[in-house]
Amino acid sequence: MKIESYVFLFVGFFFGLVGLVYWLLSYEDAGSTMLLGTFLLGSVPGFYYFWWSRRMSPRPADDPKASVEDGAGVVGAFPGSSIWPFVIGIGATFVALALVFGAWTFAVGLFLVAASLVGVIYESRRGGLV
Amino acid sequence: MTLVAERPVVLVESPEPEHEHGPSGLLKWITSTDHKVIGKSYMITSFVFFLLAGLMAMLIRAQLANPDSTLLSQHTYNEMFTMHGSLMIYLFVGPVAFGGLANYIVPLQIGAPDMAFPRLNALSYWLYLGGGSLMMMGFLTTGSAADFGWVAYAPLSNSINTPGAGPDLWIVALLLTGFSAIFTGVNLVSTIYYLRAPGMTMFRMPIFTWNMLVTGILILIAFPVFTSALVLLWCDRHLGAHIFEVSGGGVPVLWQDLFWFFGHPEVYILALPFFGIVTDVIAVFSRKPIFGYRGMVFATISIAALSTSVWAHHMFTTGVVLLPFFSLMSYLIAVPTGIKFFNWIGTMWRGSVKFDTPMLFAAGFLVTFLLGGVSGILLASPPIDFATHDTYFVVAHFHSVVMSLVMAAFAGFFYWYPKMTGRMLREGLGKATFWLMFVGTNVTFLPMYLVGLKGMPRRIAEYAATDGFTTLNRISSAGSVLLFFSVSIFLVNALVSWWKPVPAGDNPWDASSLEWATTSPPPQHNFLRIPPIRSQRPVWDHNHPEDRIIERERPRLGGLVASANGGTVLLDEVGFGSADTIETRDPDR
Repeated sequence: MKIESYVFLFVGFFFGLVGLVYWLLSYEDAGSTMLLGTFLLGSVPGFYYFWWSRRMSPRPADDPKASVEDGAGVVGAFPGSSIWPFVIGIGATFVALALVFGAWTFAVGLFLVAASLVGVIYESRRGGLV
Repeated sequence: MTLVAERPVVLVESPEPEHEHGPSGLLKWITSTDHKVIGKSYMITSFVFFLLAGLMAMLIRAQLANPDSTLLSQHTYNEMFTMHGSLMIYLFVGPVAFGGLANYIVPLQIGAPDMAFPRLNALSYWLYLGGGSLMMMGFLTTGSAADFGWVAYAPLSNSINTPGAGPDLWIVALLLTGFSAIFTGVNLVSTIYYLRAPGMTMFRMPIFTWNMLVTGILILIAFPVFTSALVLLWCDRHLGAHIFEVSGGGVPVLWQDLFWFFGHPEVYILALPFFGIVTDVIAVFSRKPIFGYRGMVFATISIAALSTSVWAHHMFTTGVVLLPFFSLMSYLIAVPTGIKFFNWIGTMWRGSVKFDTPMLFAAGFLVTFLLGGVSGILLASPPIDFATHDTYFVVAHFHSVVMSLVMAAFAGFFYWYPKMTGRMLREGLGKATFWLMFVGTNVTFLPMYLVGLKGMPRRIAEYAATDGFTTLNRISSAGSVLLFFSVSIFLVNALVSWWKPVPAGDNPWDASSLEWATTSPPPQHNFLRIPPIRSQRPVWDHNHPEDRIIERERPRLGGLVASANGGTVLLDEVGFGSADTIETRDPDR
């Protein structure tokens, strides 16, 4: 987990530095704000990972000498198949259409998205069936 | 293919469905959360957009082949170059890499059963398909499709200068694909952080996976800015927000700032995956480990970081940007890119290079990208940029770059097609594709440098015979015909492999990374068994026990360890397991 945290910390460090230099040289608002945001995007997860990397024992994926058996056990829960991503996608597309034409598609899209959210939650409880 | 030690993976599977079979046919495709199915859907969809955008480019070249041409109206011409750029950038080059190839290959390369969030991954694809369809729907509206250029500069993109539903469809389409890309970025980073196989440490990942990690982070940096800028633009057009309009106290240049803060990292979101493909392909076909592995990783991260601090070099001529800062940062990108070139050449150096089709495309990438990159260094200089801004010189520069990426994409297609389908593509047709594409690219785009230096502005539908642009434009148009045939031959190649399959076997290229340890195509959840991972080349270690290269503990010398093997050393006595545990299975050849 250490190297993972360093990657994000580097993002935070670099954009903190560049953002500071840029602000002092230009006093330009838009770019400085975006660089500040990027600094946060790197440093917040970076410190979180770093904090954890000092408290957890190395995972098999971090251990150069780990054997494949060390990874035995639960890898993760992977849903088999699900209709809901498709329905959310259709719903979002309808909502987007409504942003252009301001039409009835908004209601349809919103209904599809809401219904899929319910569907996804119940699917997670039941465990990933169609 | 040799494999040892069954991996006792226990997946928490969903309870068995009541029906004995899952869904089939169309429903199976729609409900699939398998990263391989989603990756293939992404690749096919984005390739369709590539063909459409290519046809638009053919129309553009046909229009410009003659002076005072009346083939297309001015208005249609504007639609054509806008939609050509939009389809190519937003719907092809990016999605084919981070949605298609990365989606398919990254979990395989790190020994993962799937992406970290399979349903989110499926949602990415459907948002992408929905967004792409909406963008194309612009052609069906009564006005026209978007015609303000792929950059949609304010105030051209406001509701007075470009009214109608077509531009609005363009905006909401990119909102959808923007979210799609962000979800894919989240998925890539989480997959690489949490689902690596035991022993697959960060510094053993293939460079393609490393580059996809960095691309994922770059997506997270860049796309939210663009997506929110599009919301602001929509508010301007529909709610009269006056954010980008001088009349209401807004600032048009703010759009350029927001757009290019996305737009320049986007260039590297497009480029980094293909750098990764080329790195892996060169190493495999030179039959050597990557030269300077850590240098490559360092260069990738530096390129990504620098690319986010150079956005305003697209805005030199606005007169409101900090020229020295952006010029210097732009020049600096040449350093890590140079390191990459050095390492690519170092990887080939004294290797036994085999010029199969993927390697030819990788070599074509090196040449073409060098041309595009060097002209980019010229443009980083404000005085040169002032003279060439908005001329065909700039068009030539970024087409050299992007066409080199297309070549790298074809390197990836030819390299991984056997893994994805279990069939080989024909070498002869592949080489024809390459040579037509390589010659076609340079015949099309090198004259554009010259015509740009002669002063031809970009985005003009007509020029006069007396301008002296005719000959160079005709050469360009002739080159585009070569590109057309090149892509057609690739399609023929795919059809031939479909009708008369040549089985590929598990590892036709004798490659070294983990995706070649499983069957072609891989089974559900990818691996039945995983070989032990003791170096950057786990599969090579197994197939070439005479050549066992084991990672050594890096000596703490306080300096860079740069050995010819990229920080690895031969250790003969370290075994993976006795010979009787090695199971050999012949490829289906």
